[in-house]
Amino acid sequence: MVNGTEWPLYEVFIRSKAGLSHRHAGSVHAADDQMALDHARDTYTRRMEGVSIWVVRSDRIVASDPGENASFFEPAEDKIYRHPTFYEVPDGVENL
Amino acid sequence: MSPEDALLRYVLRLGDNALVLGQRMTERVTGEPELEEELANANFALDYIGQARLYYSYAAELEGQGHDEDYFAYRRDSQAFRNFLIVEQPNGDFGNAIVRQVLFETFYRLQLDALSRCRDPRLAGIAARGVKEIRYHLRHASLWFVRLGDGTDESHRRMADSLARLWRYTGEFFDGDAVDDVVRDTHGGPDLVSVEAEWHAELEALAVEATLALPQGAPMQSGARDGRHSEHLGFLIAEMQHLHRAHPGVTW
Repeated sequence: MVNGTEWPLYEVFIRSKAGLSHRHAGSVHAADDQMALDHARDTYTRRMEGVSIWVVRSDRIVASDPGENASFFEPAEDKIYRHPTFYEVPDGVENL
Repeated sequence: MSPEDALLRYVLRLGDNALVLGQRMTERVTGEPELEEELANANFALDYIGQARLYYSYAAELEGQGHDEDYFAYRRDSQAFRNFLIVEQPNGDFGNAIVRQVLFETFYRLQLDALSRCRDPRLAGIAARGVKEIRYHLRHASLWFVRLGDGTDESHRRMADSLARLWRYTGEFFDGDAVDDVVRDTHGGPDLVSVEAEWHAELEALAVEATLALPQGAPMQSGARDGRHSEHLGFLIAEMQHLHRAHPGVTW
């Protein structure tokens, strides 16, 4: 146990159907990895939401620091040439 | 005993096990130690109620007297129920409920496995659907069985106590009577001798992992198959049927 009273937190990722990627669904508390998988199954796939589950202890996730958002994300704001918006889309192409 | 009569009784027994255990598990709702376990237990309880409905609906068809699933659940006295004694035992603490699940569901999974291959297509279908649910229940309960058995001194002691207390109700699983014999011979139902051997082997392996010892040579209690239940069933049935008895045919 992390602090003696609560089980560690796990983040839950669900693949909703074959071919799609896993998406963050929420989190559960669990005492170990197996229990986390069970809890994720019982909490987030009760209504046929998934075909695959990943769980990972929340404290093992390396997250960006909101305080560094300026240096992390703002430099992308004026790089419009990174978007594929300079192509002429031929008439009649629907699924581009 | 005719094959039809045996099949009806057999399906009712399955329904009674599922309904009574489902009702017991429902009593635990709001009492689980963690929110996630709360969801798991409620899901499992509803799995059992759902299975009971399938068995009772089929029983009503087999019986052919115009009854429905509610009749079997709500209109019979407790003496008419033929569930195993273990499923009517009070929940006790969390570990005790886990021990009960492991003992019963290890048997029930083997029973459903065999029934999913039986010659009665309807029962085979219900069993094939149910065994998937029970496999997961058992996985969940088994992990807890090991975690608590091989846990702290107190959790180990409590698990050992529960195992000693509930063990006496497991002999009944394998006391085949005429109903079991006819279902095995005519409908291709489970062979209780081989089920017992598998049950023992699985329990033994799990107990080793949980650092628990299975009781040896303890006297077994039985009688539920003849309607001789423990004193606990009457209260459970009374509470479960109260609304239906007070307001016959009520729906909501």
